[in-house]
Amino acid sequence: MLAMNYRGPYRIRAVHKPEPEIEHPGDAIVRVTRSCICGSDLHLYHGLVPDTRIGSTFGHEFTGVVEEVGSAVQHLKPGDHVLVPFNIFCGSCYFCQKELYGNCHSTNPEATAVGGIFGYSHTAGGYDGGQAEYVRVPMADVGPTVIPADMDLDDAVLLTDALPTGYQAAEMGGIREGDTVVIFGAGPIGIFAAKSAWLLGAGRVIVVDHVEYRLEFVRSYAQCEVIDFKQVGDMAIHIKKMTDGLGADVCIDCVGCEAAGNFAQTLLGVKLKLQGGAATVLHWCINSVRKGGTVSIVGVYGPTFNAVPIGNAVNKGLTLRMNQASVKRHLPRLIEHIQAGRLEPRRVISHRIDLRDVADAYHIFSSKLDNCIKTVLVPPGMVRETTTAAASL
Amino acid sequence: MNMPDPSNTRSPSPSHAHIIGWGADLDPAMRPAYPKERTPPRLPHPVEPPEQQHSHAEVLHSTERPGITPIFGSTLPPSGLSGRLRRLAFRHSENDLRHWLMLLLADRVQMGEGLIEDISRGHVPNIYAEMGGRAELRHNPMGAARKVAIGVAALALVAMALKGRGRTRRRLRG
Ligand SMILES: [Zn+2]
Ligand SMILES: [Zn+2]
Repeated sequence: MLAMNYRGPYRIRAVHKPEPEIEHPGDAIVRVTRSCICGSDLHLYHGLVPDTRIGSTFGHEFTGVVEEVGSAVQHLKPGDHVLVPFNIFCGSCYFCQKELYGNCHSTNPEATAVGGIFGYSHTAGGYDGGQAEYVRVPMADVGPTVIPADMDLDDAVLLTDALPTGYQAAEMGGIREGDTVVIFGAGPIGIFAAKSAWLLGAGRVIVVDHVEYRLEFVRSYAQCEVIDFKQVGDMAIHIKKMTDGLGADVCIDCVGCEAAGNFAQTLLGVKLKLQGGAATVLHWCINSVRKGGTVSIVGVYGPTFNAVPIGNAVNKGLTLRMNQASVKRHLPRLIEHIQAGRLEPRRVISHRIDLRDVADAYHIFSSKLDNCIKTVLVPPGMVRETTTAAASL
Repeated sequence: MNMPDPSNTRSPSPSHAHIIGWGADLDPAMRPAYPKERTPPRLPHPVEPPEQQHSHAEVLHSTERPGITPIFGSTLPPSGLSGRLRRLAFRHSENDLRHWLMLLLADRVQMGEGLIEDISRGHVPNIYAEMGGRAELRHNPMGAARKVAIGVAALALVAMALKGRGRTRRRLRG
């Protein structure tokens, strides 16, 4: 089968490799109909995530048709068209019993701090991802969700990570009616966090980035105020000026460890790798939020150390909330939002690229070429496939 | 905690009327993650703990757990020098910086191993294509030209330096 293949930082190619097989009675083999490239894939692509082995296939956001199921699978059958949450989770461990699916303890032997994730290095369990024609999906009765017949596949694939992560980011902010919410990062997660902040009743939503076309998009798609941080001297002062001198009620970090905007952080963390990436946005969040406010973090940070102004967080009495999104928990409500027309996630998709051209797709996204917001990869056989789940069976 | 008052479900103020769906989830009961840890979970059906997955691939496991997990990925077992480094790294806990630094080092070493493997199989990797050169040319021609110019200049400098060194050596010998 055709699959994306990592060869080292900034180097990938599409290769033919053996199709995955059932390795556990709870597995399914899924034929991929759509997969996305995610902002967090770029941390892998740039070689920043430890134990990203040469030959890996990335891709934790995908939809597909079930081809084959293991002997223990009872609720999913061949032919079902499913969206697969990026978390691989068991549904029964201590954490899954609390609906903390992003923190499952049964699916990642290599690390305890993070659960299993499709195509996200051996630090996240050593699974191959969905930027391929076929993928092994463990715990097939637990993770995958059958796509409603009338749902557009482009909407469905955004439910595997980007939309639920943006929603959870806003929800972890504990937004109250009328709150001023500042979101750092105008990628798909930041865009969906902004949309979600409105659903949760925010009074003002402000999005910070430095790429003009992304700010333009978020302004029109999510009706937000925007800040180009390159035009701003000091972020904390700027936000305070916008908020009667107090600071924002909620700050949300949708950027993570590869932030631009602070020379020292970028040099130490991203270029020299002396700390786990740049903590620039964490500094901005902690220093721009009002006292007693909440900082919500969904940007990816590496497992090693970051210089974080934790003293300021203590002195300001902040609530810090963060996690990988527990996608499955959000799906029923988010599907309702899509069906009611309150959310139209597929509008963030700017590029549709053949899986064979995956190297170009990554480069376009990574270098923010051609006004790229979100890229969908389509396996060669799927190119002409119609767009809703029912039609593609 | 910043918990909104459940009775606080109002229709949007005029200033938000243009935002589709404003306040739809203002009521915490409508929020899927409220409270953040929900017991029991709302899975569509009860789930039994998974049985142990078997595999012949070597799977490294964190020292912070007794053994491997019931479910795991079996792709790309450790191999070669990078594999030896990875096994060493897994002697240290996740709490130990050495663990992560050795893994990052192993990643860089394996990149070289990948090149050697490619070439030994008679495949010279097209690094230009692997780095998305075609997309760069199409969407950022100026950038592509700049990179080519820098590359040519660097090659020319190296060539000049080598030539210069050759000359000095000849002179010293002569
Ligand atoms: Zn993602
Ligand atoms: Zn679990």
